[in-house]
Amino acid sequence: MNKVSKSPWLLHYDASSCNGCDIEVLDCLTPKYDIERFGIINTGDPFQADILLITGGVNSQTAPVVKQIYSQMAEPKVVVAVGICACTGGVFKECYNIKGGIDTVIPVDVYVPGCAARPESIIDGVVRALQVLDDKQAALKNKER
Amino acid sequence: MKSIVFVAAYLVFAPFLGGLLDGVDRIISARMQRRKGPVLLQPFYDIGKLLSKEQIAVNKVQLLLNLSYLVILMIAGSLLFGGADLLMVLFILSTADMFLIMAASSDSSPYANMGANREMLQMMAYEPLTLLVAVGFYLTTGSFHVSDIVAADVSAVVWMPGLLVGFMFTAAIKFRKSPFDLSTSHHAHQEMVKGLTTEMSGTTLAIMNIAEYYEMVLLLGICCLFFVNSTWWSWIVAVVLCGVIFFLETLWDNVSARVKWKNVLYSCWAVTLVAGGVNILFLMLDK
Repeated sequence: MNKVSKSPWLLHYDASSCNGCDIEVLDCLTPKYDIERFGIINTGDPFQADILLITGGVNSQTAPVVKQIYSQMAEPKVVVAVGICACTGGVFKECYNIKGGIDTVIPVDVYVPGCAARPESIIDGVVRALQVLDDKQAALKNKER
Repeated sequence: MKSIVFVAAYLVFAPFLGGLLDGVDRIISARMQRRKGPVLLQPFYDIGKLLSKEQIAVNKVQLLLNLSYLVILMIAGSLLFGGADLLMVLFILSTADMFLIMAASSDSSPYANMGANREMLQMMAYEPLTLLVAVGFYLTTGSFHVSDIVAADVSAVVWMPGLLVGFMFTAAIKFRKSPFDLSTSHHAHQEMVKGLTTEMSGTTLAIMNIAEYYEMVLLLGICCLFFVNSTWWSWIVAVVLCGVIFFLETLWDNVSARVKWKNVLYSCWAVTLVAGGVNILFLMLDK
């Protein structure tokens, strides 16, 4: 009953994306894709979120923000990097201000490549993240025992 | 004896009924937007998850204040379903809301504090009408006691249709429905993150949600009071009409955009004055 994957609340943050992936993320909420059927709510509040969806590579301005958002989320939590920039830095990888993918700052659980990532692949990535979320919850419970 | 059964039934089943209504509400909303929507039991999954999450509290007092909100709402509901004084129920309902406001103000988040301010403003908007509703019941049936009101020969709505319209109007504030969901909203993106509940997480938020379910059933109970009379079939009519009113609130939620705080205040007071005031005037002259 209280499996966290049955009601994953999602927080979306744009680290330095060109907004291409962001529009695709918002696409997932529209009638055609409707991620609310999985019980997913797109919340704006890190305190209440279970999944952190990040688009774009990390630069020196957004690195502390990403770290803070991640630290404000309660365990169990997972991070999904959406788009090739969030995965590796993409075409901006060599730029002087870009640190690289999200995993240079916080641990990433699921990588969703693409430029821009298609809504189908974002949903697929989120559903995979749900499995990771359940595993983490089980690990937490074992730890408490 | 009968009132004890009612109170016990309220205390045990209200959160389940509230959760189911919330699930129905979410599915109907989704269908109105041509989406499939979540499963019916989604609110229960949400609460189960919130209770299992790691507890990260910004301070120690917030959980206590939220618990007070829940317990005082339970007391208010018990009074209503136990057939006690309606005025008392409404006053305790406002007291419960004060605890929620204190819970939101107890942390340092500017969003939560702004949500608390807006919640107080919403109270200012709906409070006059709820009092007029109680007065209306008194003028109609000659008693503030719920047990007397439900034993009346004629349904109260015959004498107070204006007050029912006003009550439906202001109930949108209590149900946190658009266009009056200023302090916090069930929908995702809001201009101030999550408003009132911004710094609430895990167990604290679960308690807040359960309290909202108690409040939802309490308000629908007051709605029932408008239709119930001494005949047994009036109860069935009342429950059906409550369902219709709840559907109308969902519809209104989906077709309207959030308004500014001044519009909330002025529109609520205008409805209170026109629908409620005129209704009370007729009651005083005619009854």
